[in-house]
Amino acid sequence: MGVYRDSRVLAGIAGLAAVGLLIGGAFAGLISEALDDWSGAASAFDSYLFRITRFTLWQALLSTLLSVCPAILVARALARHPVFWGRSFILRLFALPLAVPAIVASLGILALLGRAGIFADALAWLTGEPWQGIYGLSGILVAHVFFNLPLATRFLLHALETVPTDQWRLAAQLGMGPRTTFRLIEWPVMRAALPGVAGLIFMLCITSFTIVLTLGGGPRATTLEVAIYQALRFDFDPARAVALTALQIALTVVVVILLVRAGADMVADANMPVARRRPNMARAPETVFNALVIIAALAFVAGPFVSTIISGVQADLVRLASDPAVHRATLTSLGLAFIAAALSLLLSLSLTMARSAMEHSRNRTASPSFLERLFDTGAGFVLVVPPVVVGAGWFILLIDSGSVFSLAPVMVVTVNAVMAMPFALRAIRPAWDGAAERHDRLCASLGISGFNRLRLIDWPSIRRPAFTAFAFAMALSLGDLGVIALFGSDVVKTLPYLLFERMGSYRTADAAGIALFLGIVCLALMMLVDRTRRSA
Amino acid sequence: MRRQFLSLLALSTALVAVPAAAQDKLTIYTYESFTSEWGPGPVVKKNFEEICNCTVDFVAVADGVALLNRVKLEGKSTSADIVLGLDTNLTHEAKETGLFATHGISLDKVDVPGGWSDDTFVPFDYGYFAIIQDTEAFSTPYKSLKDLVDGYPEQKIVIQDPRTSTPGLGLLLWVKAVYGDKAIEAWENLSSRVLTVTPGWSEAYSLFTSGEAPMVLSYTTSPAYHEINEDSTRYKAMAFEEGHYLQVEVAAATTKGAENPLTKQFLEFMTGPGFQDAIPKTNWMFPAGETSGPLNPAFDRAVKPAKTLAFSPEEIAANRDAWIREWLDVMSR
Repeated sequence: MGVYRDSRVLAGIAGLAAVGLLIGGAFAGLISEALDDWSGAASAFDSYLFRITRFTLWQALLSTLLSVCPAILVARALARHPVFWGRSFILRLFALPLAVPAIVASLGILALLGRAGIFADALAWLTGEPWQGIYGLSGILVAHVFFNLPLATRFLLHALETVPTDQWRLAAQLGMGPRTTFRLIEWPVMRAALPGVAGLIFMLCITSFTIVLTLGGGPRATTLEVAIYQALRFDFDPARAVALTALQIALTVVVVILLVRAGADMVADANMPVARRRPNMARAPETVFNALVIIAALAFVAGPFVSTIISGVQADLVRLASDPAVHRATLTSLGLAFIAAALSLLLSLSLTMARSAMEHSRNRTASPSFLERLFDTGAGFVLVVPPVVVGAGWFILLIDSGSVFSLAPVMVVTVNAVMAMPFALRAIRPAWDGAAERHDRLCASLGISGFNRLRLIDWPSIRRPAFTAFAFAMALSLGDLGVIALFGSDVVKTLPYLLFERMGSYRTADAAGIALFLGIVCLALMMLVDRTRRSA
Repeated sequence: MRRQFLSLLALSTALVAVPAAAQDKLTIYTYESFTSEWGPGPVVKKNFEEICNCTVDFVAVADGVALLNRVKLEGKSTSADIVLGLDTNLTHEAKETGLFATHGISLDKVDVPGGWSDDTFVPFDYGYFAIIQDTEAFSTPYKSLKDLVDGYPEQKIVIQDPRTSTPGLGLLLWVKAVYGDKAIEAWENLSSRVLTVTPGWSEAYSLFTSGEAPMVLSYTTSPAYHEINEDSTRYKAMAFEEGHYLQVEVAAATTKGAENPLTKQFLEFMTGPGFQDAIPKTNWMFPAGETSGPLNPAFDRAVKPAKTLAFSPEEIAANRDAWIREWLDVMSR
């Protein structure tokens, strides 16, 4: 059992324990409150629950398919053309949807495809009847694809970028056509990454809340997450909330296990990359096809942003820019997001490190232990625990301490950090595993281990993905709103919160202006990270 | 941050002014839009602190429902002296908790439709639910709820979910009050013209003002906002001949707060001009007490309901779950 003495595994166990404490504590809080009255748990299971469970699964599966399949094409197209004008802008843009509060995105999509949207006339002409907007399943799907297609693209592109340049060069020298290259080089890496990416997106869609409520068109389109939120926020029935959350987690576990079964494991390449840069190897007809794919994806993702900008610039931006409330909220948001991202990166690194150390210490043919699996996919399940459950559970635990208010920022930071982990993990893992494969034996024979190895050997090879993970986590935290429902939010007035406050007091134009501002802050952040990454 | 700053400030004032008595404190739990910079909170705090020689400390949670849950969770150990922002849909449930004390003040200045005699809850404002129309989309208003329900289904309305929103629950009760046992059929008809059901008022009203739908469920006072702040008469409330459903917002002392002399003083203050003058143009509701002068004329132009519709808190508490379930069944068909 020497593996448990490995400091990397210990770090992973500590990281996992922290996550377990956060989630476990929340459940402990809720269950302690529910002990008096368990009736809510049993009464939750009725025909209405059956209907919403079916709808929840159906929309999540469809959203995942519609996000991931096109993303394969887009990621491949971007990988085939490593250099072209505007490429880095597209990648930055693709990180933005994460940071956009769901309501802003929904309004942006409606401004295009809604009943009074820019395309309403064209759509009315196409369908031959007055356009009634994309409310219902189609609206939910469009919004989910808007959020998740760029995400999937970025993750798959990361996977493709782990292919050593020598392989590309070899493929070019052997005169492989696009189809052969796809089959022999691109598909294997993407296939290895797909279960994780699809699982992540499935989890994001199964827990979708605001989008489902705003674009779903009514209680016909309701998800379990909505029912959980209702149970806690409005009926305050912890027993029902716990039962529904358990159901949501169980369903997700089943789907993710199926996905992992469908995927294939792949051993990372152990060769040192020799060639530095790979040439653009697509030929003319393929270039046209790739260009069309990229332009279509770009138009789809940029559309809602453009309409957000159009309504944003109609706000009194000068007044907003000099509004002290906006300044305060910006600083609060950036501060909280920065700490959350740092914490998230730390936790994700510890888990990635531990998983890879365990994989390499066991027999290649042996199946991974439960702990290793936990390091791998286990942490991802935090996404299906609704933030309102975590918030409410800890609120109950903390209420007797009398310091609920000073602890609210701590709650926001920890929950955001943990919720961003699945994203950060996906960004770091391919590069880390590749590096581990290359360096493990060398380090063992040179006797480099512990912090020295991390600093000298591992860090340089994961620096780039680590910055990406940081930026993702930060963007995600910037758009978050959910945790503090019960805590009271005076202490943590963030930008999305300010946006909702303005919207709630008839100031829709201000809200549109703040949405635009939030977008600009995120874009600036992505550019900054890119720059640091390049000079690092 | 601000809270810490304020308590630091209070502390330093107390330290500097050693001979004077330590500043007394009144803690009020309320909902967020009350304490926001646009809400009545800042004005009310300033006005009361001028006369009470004390510090008013607001603690804000999302809305009335969250407020009640919060107090229930804290139980007897709550730090709230006053809970401000429940409405009549919640008062029965609130009373059942045994956490609220009788107010013991005179209700002479209180003025709400239908009168008020509760010994625990004191009203601070009220409003009527109404369907707001965008006159640029269509000009002729509907005359009754019946016309709306049976009307042309291509003309859409945005409503809120009664499970998660106060106006949403308001419309549910409104339809129930008008249609009684026929409410299910009414919802069946109405559902064909519901463009979408949003979780809260904000989302619905945003969709409405962005032109997505020509009608939205809001309050009779909503047009006053546009008239006063935007100088626009584009949005109008429709007067329905069956009458409009009433929402009364109330405050009450907790059993802990009953021991603080400031509590009673605040509840009395709440029914007078120092508090009520702030209500119309910050909370966009009608004052439920005495104001120092007449309201802005825009409020006089608000729809005056032919009849005030309201269920008693007991009826609501007894039927709410069943009515919501009924609504869910119709709307998810």
